[in-house]
Amino acid sequence: MSSNALTDSGSAGRAGDKIFSTAAMVAGSLILFVLFCVAVFLVKESIPALTADPADLKGGVSFFAHIGALIVGTLIAAAIALLLATPVAVGVALFISHYAPRRLAQGLGYIVDLLAAIPSVIYGAWGVTVLAPALVPPYVWLAENAGWIPLFTGPASATGKTMLTAGVVLAVMIMPIVTSLSREIFLQTPKLHEEAALALGATRWEMVRVAVLPFARPGIVSAVMLGLGRALGETMAIALVLSSGPMIASLIQSGNQTIAAEIALAFPESSGVQTNALFAAGLVLFVITLAVNMVARWIVARHKEFSGAN
Amino acid sequence: MSKRIDVADLNVYYGNFLAVEDVNINIDAKTVTAFIGPSGCGKSTFLRTLNRMHEVIPGARVEGKVMLDGDNLYGSGVDPVTVRSQIGMVFQRPNPFPTMSIRDNVLAGIKLNNKRISKSDADGIVESSLQGANLWNEVKDRLDKPGSGLSGGQQQRLCIARTIAVKPEVILMDEPCSALDPISTLAIEDLINELKNDYTVVIVTHNMQQAARVSDKTAFFNIAGTGKPGKLIEYAETATIFSNPSVKATEDYVSGRFG
Repeated sequence: MSSNALTDSGSAGRAGDKIFSTAAMVAGSLILFVLFCVAVFLVKESIPALTADPADLKGGVSFFAHIGALIVGTLIAAAIALLLATPVAVGVALFISHYAPRRLAQGLGYIVDLLAAIPSVIYGAWGVTVLAPALVPPYVWLAENAGWIPLFTGPASATGKTMLTAGVVLAVMIMPIVTSLSREIFLQTPKLHEEAALALGATRWEMVRVAVLPFARPGIVSAVMLGLGRALGETMAIALVLSSGPMIASLIQSGNQTIAAEIALAFPESSGVQTNALFAAGLVLFVITLAVNMVARWIVARHKEFSGAN
Repeated sequence: MSKRIDVADLNVYYGNFLAVEDVNINIDAKTVTAFIGPSGCGKSTFLRTLNRMHEVIPGARVEGKVMLDGDNLYGSGVDPVTVRSQIGMVFQRPNPFPTMSIRDNVLAGIKLNNKRISKSDADGIVESSLQGANLWNEVKDRLDKPGSGLSGGQQQRLCIARTIAVKPEVILMDEPCSALDPISTLAIEDLINELKNDYTVVIVTHNMQQAARVSDKTAFFNIAGTGKPGKLIEYAETATIFSNPSVKATEDYVSGRFG
């Protein structure tokens, strides 16, 4: 009798453990695999465009000359959206989590979540029919009074279908998701830290500043990054709202274009190496998104020691 | 610094539930007063009403008077923020701000109360507060490191340093040692003995030996049963409470017959 009583116990539990760890590993690898396939596909489709004769491409310029303007346009639209949406989203989230009476907070939270579920084409349609005409008078005013700033050089667009309008629509689109995530983070602030601040004689706002915002900072960055991802890749709203054209500094004239909208608008009527050029543009967008996320992670990681995770 | 507290006919409610009933107690300046009693008897709840921290809990409210040297904390027009800057609080679990350095933790309250101070003044306050909390020698070389990197006992003394940095009149402590090991507990108890020279200290504790070691006077709270309000049963010199209490329930509790 040399059998060890400790070797054959609980085989059922062991099996469950194995199934779970395998399932988790498969799910994890699947993400990497899909990402890898997308990258390979994009690179493969892009190569002909990178080496093509400029004469075969749209506009008769080389791919790199063409994509530069699109990168700038994409970044400008996303930057406007973030600048407008982040403060509002953080403010709304704080109001819901720390200021509003509980019943109002629940209702508001529900509405914000609902806003996040509206398809982008709706936002685009609203942008072009309501927002763009409404913004024409302010643009005219800006061109007259702030025209010396290159961003607001006149003459202002008569339709309002400009980069600034597109940025505002994007801001409205990403605001709900940023609000929703920020609110969840704010609600997770440890009671202990809030009470520590209050016991020192902090007002409500000081408590938020000392205890809530520092705790939530990495979460806010993540929320903004998700919003940014959506803004960078947004296609339909931009395609509808922006009257595209060559790259210009002014945000209140028609002009500029983003990568995603360019792909959507040009794809149906492209063929051959022109299609390859659009895939190459997609690859560039992919790289930009990746780079922006890595920079954001790096910023968060730099303050890890003070994150409260230890 | 240091003022006396006089509580008259204080009732504490959570919504409609009467949690603590009819407390009358006079706490002298520059003394250590311990609140003891079984769990759920309302001693922590009552402690919180002494600097209006109970208002953080939804539905909690108070009837009655708490006088700080004759000024009613619950008088009309009294801002709880002002009350709390004069009556500081140390909590059960150490809670330094995790995103701040040790130095910034000490200065957190100062920066709230009067925004701008010179660097040399700040250095002085950091050193004197940490000295006052018996922590200076352990952390003087790493003031810029995060406060969350300290041991539990050190974190709790950092919280005390943060509290005394704003120069309060009274320091409330809600079971400050219950999350600490015996050595750290001893360090805090020594500190409480020193704090008494400058501050009025009120401490809630589950540990009767601790109450006997650190306090001048002891208040025993008890509860008649679940759903009944907590009451102040007896309040006297600590020596009297532990050797010759006048109420049977107090004697049963301190001699370990229940609780």
